[in-house]
Amino acid sequence: MGIARDSSIIRFAPVLSFLILAIFQIIPSQAAIPEDPAFGYPAPPANVVAKDIPNDAGKSIIINWDLSPDDIKENKKFIGYEILRSTSSDTGFVIIGSATAGSSQLSDNETVDGVFYYYIVRAVMGSMFSESPPAGPAASSQQWFHLGRINTLIALLVISISIVWYIERAKKGEKLFIRKIAGLEAVDEAVGRATEMGKKIFYVPGTQDMDNVQTIAGVTILGRVARLTAQYETPLEVPVSRSLVMVTAREVVKEAYLNSGRPDAYSDSMVYYLTDDQFGYAAGIEGLFVREKPATVFYMGAFYAESLILAETGNSVGAIQIAGTAMPAQLPFFIAACDYTLIGEELFAASAYLSKEPKLLGSLKGQDFGKLCILLAIMLGVIIQTSGLYDFTKLFIVR
Amino acid sequence: MRREIPLIITAIVGFTYIIQFFVPHWPFNILEGLLTSWMLIIFAFAIWLGALNLLKVSLDKISKRSRDWPYAIITIAGFLMIAIPGFLFSGGRRFQDPGTAFDYIYQNVYSPLSSTMFAMLAFYVASASYRAFRARTKEATLLLLAAFFVMLGRVPIGDVLSSFLPEGFRMSQMADWIMNYPQTAGQRAIMIGIALGIVSTSLRLILGIERSHLGGE
Amino acid sequence: MFDKLLKIDRRIIFIFVALALIVPMFLTITQHISVSPEVQIIYDTLKGLQPGSKVLMAFDYDPPSAPELQPMAVAILKYCFKNNLKVYIIGLWPQGPMQANMAIDNVISDPTFKDNPPIYDKDYVNLGFMSGNELVIQGMGSSFLHTFPRDYLGKPTHQLEMMKGVNNFSNIDFIVNLSAGYPGTVEWVLFAVDRFHAKLAAGNTAVQAPQVYPYVHAGQLSGLAGGLKGAAELEKLVGFYGKGTKFMLSQSFAHMIVIVFIIVGNAAYFITRKK
Repeated sequence: MGIARDSSIIRFAPVLSFLILAIFQIIPSQAAIPEDPAFGYPAPPANVVAKDIPNDAGKSIIINWDLSPDDIKENKKFIGYEILRSTSSDTGFVIIGSATAGSSQLSDNETVDGVFYYYIVRAVMGSMFSESPPAGPAASSQQWFHLGRINTLIALLVISISIVWYIERAKKGEKLFIRKIAGLEAVDEAVGRATEMGKKIFYVPGTQDMDNVQTIAGVTILGRVARLTAQYETPLEVPVSRSLVMVTAREVVKEAYLNSGRPDAYSDSMVYYLTDDQFGYAAGIEGLFVREKPATVFYMGAFYAESLILAETGNSVGAIQIAGTAMPAQLPFFIAACDYTLIGEELFAASAYLSKEPKLLGSLKGQDFGKLCILLAIMLGVIIQTSGLYDFTKLFIVR
Repeated sequence: MRREIPLIITAIVGFTYIIQFFVPHWPFNILEGLLTSWMLIIFAFAIWLGALNLLKVSLDKISKRSRDWPYAIITIAGFLMIAIPGFLFSGGRRFQDPGTAFDYIYQNVYSPLSSTMFAMLAFYVASASYRAFRARTKEATLLLLAAFFVMLGRVPIGDVLSSFLPEGFRMSQMADWIMNYPQTAGQRAIMIGIALGIVSTSLRLILGIERSHLGGE
Repeated sequence: MFDKLLKIDRRIIFIFVALALIVPMFLTITQHISVSPEVQIIYDTLKGLQPGSKVLMAFDYDPPSAPELQPMAVAILKYCFKNNLKVYIIGLWPQGPMQANMAIDNVISDPTFKDNPPIYDKDYVNLGFMSGNELVIQGMGSSFLHTFPRDYLGKPTHQLEMMKGVNNFSNIDFIVNLSAGYPGTVEWVLFAVDRFHAKLAAGNTAVQAPQVYPYVHAGQLSGLAGGLKGAAELEKLVGFYGKGTKFMLSQSFAHMIVIVFIIVGNAAYFITRKK
């Protein structure tokens, strides 16, 4: 059973065409056609199942099938599959997509929700094909909750509730311990050094925009550093690579100078834009470092390959350097070239650490609780997975 | 109100992003795309803000003859050298097509300059390694040994030098082991810490507890 | 003397590194390149694809990182075209599709493809750059045609022969992401693999590669090629030797020089400390 696709059939048209079409319309998989001498007909795909894709915004149905027995790697003639769709189980099937050999799935993303569809999967080999019986009916629909993400919701709730709970406890006056972070302890000293030497401080808030949490953390720490520079009357320069960061950083520095009673010492020219281009920015800062020879440099935010270019130049001009980033690939460079480095989460903790504000410290405690949960899950997972009792990783699959 | 409005916007957008992750139903399914489009539009306009500021700062430097003012001339010249051919002499929207003036500058000026900056990493890695890899403590010695194996194992010469060692202990295999186990374990720990840090910071921002980025305490 | 050695001017180190990089370019020493398991997986996956299979290549890098990633791109493209795999090119970085075109030019200039050069819309399509970072990947999860309405040449995507039947990731057999940062491999793993269950391999710069190693172990990445060495390994496996292999000698010498300096630095450190 199968239908030839190439010109050989055209010779028999139009006499045969009417008959073939008539038969084809009624029993799609039973058409009898002269066999192409070059190849046999492929065996049709079996177990075709069409169903609504769960947990989506509707308008899609997924079609699965078992591979045709002829769909084997050695069979070079086997081309693939064509998928046909109709709203009726016996007529009006049209091709809506194709899949390569070895594929057993296709999603139809152009359905109308609530309409029932039937699908036929056609195996194509050489110029011949054969079809599965129609599968269905299936209708697409949209869902109000993504069931595949329950695990994420639970994790989110546990971590968020613990953070909020610890913030509330901190607000009520509970004393919270925070370990010493050498890089942040050194901030005062670094600013003081620049003051003594009468040289500038440079603050580099990374190369990413305000939509990056690391940049927000960097700008937040800038506020604390700016307070110190205002108090010590140390010149501060903040070259940035994004204009929105420039606007935000100006606001933060201005406010810091105002709160320190030195609004006159602030000027917009302290925070300026260089370029969005990664290496253009790195070159610009290198030039500034070499010319200005700053006493202290802070790198706080998201960095890429420019990290070492900046930090090595800072080191070569003898600046004391404090870096902080959550980019794992750049941490080794900062550690090698800077005096102090805030590793990953320490960057996010810096604001709380420097302000000692109970609400912010409370959030760190909540974060630690989250870490404890993850540690327990890892240990439990290792035991369960090793013992072979249950596939623990299943619980963590996010769809 | 100057602070409250940004805080309210942050909270609404933050919660919207969280909700749309769990609710696939319309209209939540289009919200992420919609908010991102808005963000891209804001970013696109912000480029002007940066460019104009760059020109203003540079022109100020020149007019006041501030320190190192000749560099400001180079900055402005570089800016105009790309902007004018790009806007006026590169076929409008198809300015990136091969053969345009913009493409010529991109291929022959921008690309080599960027590549040069990136290539400087090779030199800086060497000088930073020379300074940093000293066996001062036990931990530093371990780091030094790991660097030794990975650096040699990542190039063919490592295997040549260690060809006398039994299979499984050659330089490339040792390097693979270091990258696959101790390195990956460390990366995972750091990544978990970072992810929690991001959750905590985001929550502080959405709930308005962290507001120093808005210029306040 | 040893004190001076400890505070050696870094420009002296730079000169040695420069020599180590440049001199080997003029030498002809054949090196044996060992293949790491992570790169082998990429090749095995490619080998497992049947002719006509669809490979999506995401060019997420720009000229600065091209020396490491371009040889990978060329090696994979040559393998795909030789084995009749259909290649779909996109870029989340504006310069990505330009890099792809340069890689295709490189393939066309190879004598192996002299009689059978890759043809646009038959062997490959370049859908160009789309802004939006990871959201582009998410968009592709529902519809390629909506996410990329026009190709690199400005032609409506729905008119392309190769786009017929290609709706989303379920129609793509293998994705190769070549990445130098953000957006890159991490985003492809989070969206294409975790959300849409695509099969993904990655080529990364040497600096970036350690960050994505955990994904190989977790099975989220079907292979990883890191840096120039990764490129050389890929070239060896696909049988098309190019710049990855050529510059491996420079890399060997540069690593050796750095190691020599580290040894000298440590020797000087211990001698001065004893004093």
